Amino acid sequence: MHVKQFLALDEATLMAIAARLAEQVSLQGNSATLTLYLYGELGAGKTTFSRGFIQALGHSGKVKSPTYTLVESYQLPPWQLHHFDLYRLADPEELEFMGIRDYLGEHHIILAEWPQRGSGWLPKADITISIDYAGTARSMTLEALTERGRGLLETL
Amino acid sequence: MHVLGIETSCDETGIAIYHTERGLLAHQLYSQVKLHADYGGVVPELASRDHVRKILPLIAAALKQAELKTTDLDGIAYTAGPGLVGALLVGACVGRSMAFGLGIPALGVHHMEGHLLAPMLEDDVPEFPFIALLVSGGHTQLVRVDGIGRYEMLGESIDDAAGEAFDKTAKLMGLDYPGGPRLAAMAATGRPQQYQFPRPMTDRPGLDFSFSGLKTHAANTIAANPSDPQTRADIARAFQDAVVDTLVIKCRRALEQTGLKRLVVAGGVSANVELREKLQQFAAKIGGKVYFPRPAFCTDNGAMIAYAGAQRLRAGELNDLSIITRPRWPLDQLASVSC
Repeated sequence: MHVKQFLALDEATLMAIAARLAEQVSLQGNSATLTLYLYGELGAGKTTFSRGFIQALGHSGKVKSPTYTLVESYQLPPWQLHHFDLYRLADPEELEFMGIRDYLGEHHIILAEWPQRGSGWLPKADITISIDYAGTARSMTLEALTERGRGLLETL
Repeated sequence: MHVLGIETSCDETGIAIYHTERGLLAHQLYSQVKLHADYGGVVPELASRDHVRKILPLIAAALKQAELKTTDLDGIAYTAGPGLVGALLVGACVGRSMAFGLGIPALGVHHMEGHLLAPMLEDDVPEFPFIALLVSGGHTQLVRVDGIGRYEMLGESIDDAAGEAFDKTAKLMGLDYPGGPRLAAMAATGRPQQYQFPRPMTDRPGLDFSFSGLKTHAANTIAANPSDPQTRADIARAFQDAVVDTLVIKCRRALEQTGLKRLVVAGGVSANVELREKLQQFAAKIGGKVYFPRPAFCTDNGAMIAYAGAQRLRAGELNDLSIITRPRWPLDQLASVSC
């Protein structure tokens, strides 16, 4: 299964799906850098999805929008999660100046909103998550682009 | 004591000179907004390079304005955080090195402390303790201020900052990013109560904010309605009313909880006319008072850093020779200063 689709009728469902994905990541026991791309228009629910995902990995506080800081990092043993929002990035090469390579490695998770603005400098995605407006609900499309991504989606 | 203040945390280069008895002597600002507008956002590396270009000429201009020489300076304060690390490094390197060269103390200052003390640069100075609402593109916080460095975080945004919600909703309306101020201008021609927006997190106790949902509500409202200018203005109005009401409700709650009557409002969004009016009205009603910095000191500037630094330097605080930047720096971790 390379693609899975969900219809999230409300915010709680969207967060629950994110939490389920986070559970699968914990269960999989693969410690290489995991990269997730989040696509969706402003207000679609990318940050909500991120909140569900990050909290399911054990974070109990706030998940602040990284729009102004570009990245917010979380220590979630054994993981280090880096929540990027590249909305304000004008040139993908900015990621190199920011030291993107320091954010990669064993037990690192990259959760990137607006990944298209970092194209060529962000690592390739294991899974892309697209959130689209469906009236007030949201249609979610998760696509696996690597073996590892496929493994995660199969059990979701 | 002459203190040079250097602010380079984001996309404004701000330089000022504050004298502990004579007050503000010079204030110079260079905004990169135009530079970044061409790209539709802030470009951290470009911002850093532009700070490098502007910082020394601005320091020279500030000294000239104050009719001082570098050797007249008694201390240098620079913004050490929070902010973009590359941008912060420019001010930190220049400030720390210049102080070393002159043999005077240097101090890294917290950017938000600068903002919340900015009203102290005005003639009508608020007395401690007071409640501060810090509201900008990157922050929305309610802080109890008992003195310099004595800050208690009462509440903050759990997701988007209020200014960020303005900028993103403006983008949804087709305005160039960051379009918060233009959205506010649109709202001025909007009719009240044409659309209903929620007042997030006001129906439960607590002083935290959440503005992410308002943006979603705006997106749904925009999609469900025609795109003529009057409709857009009406939606902008409904959005702005929701943000302003939410901020006012939380400020009222913070004052009630603490029994304080003085409110300081600072940060870029504090330039919003509607917010100023609503807070003034509310403060008048409870026999309290609200203090704003002048509009030029609502946004990032060197004067607030020079002021905050001067208070701390005067109390004997100083940093060693290391160049300090703290891109993430919780406000309530600052040391208190007795004056």
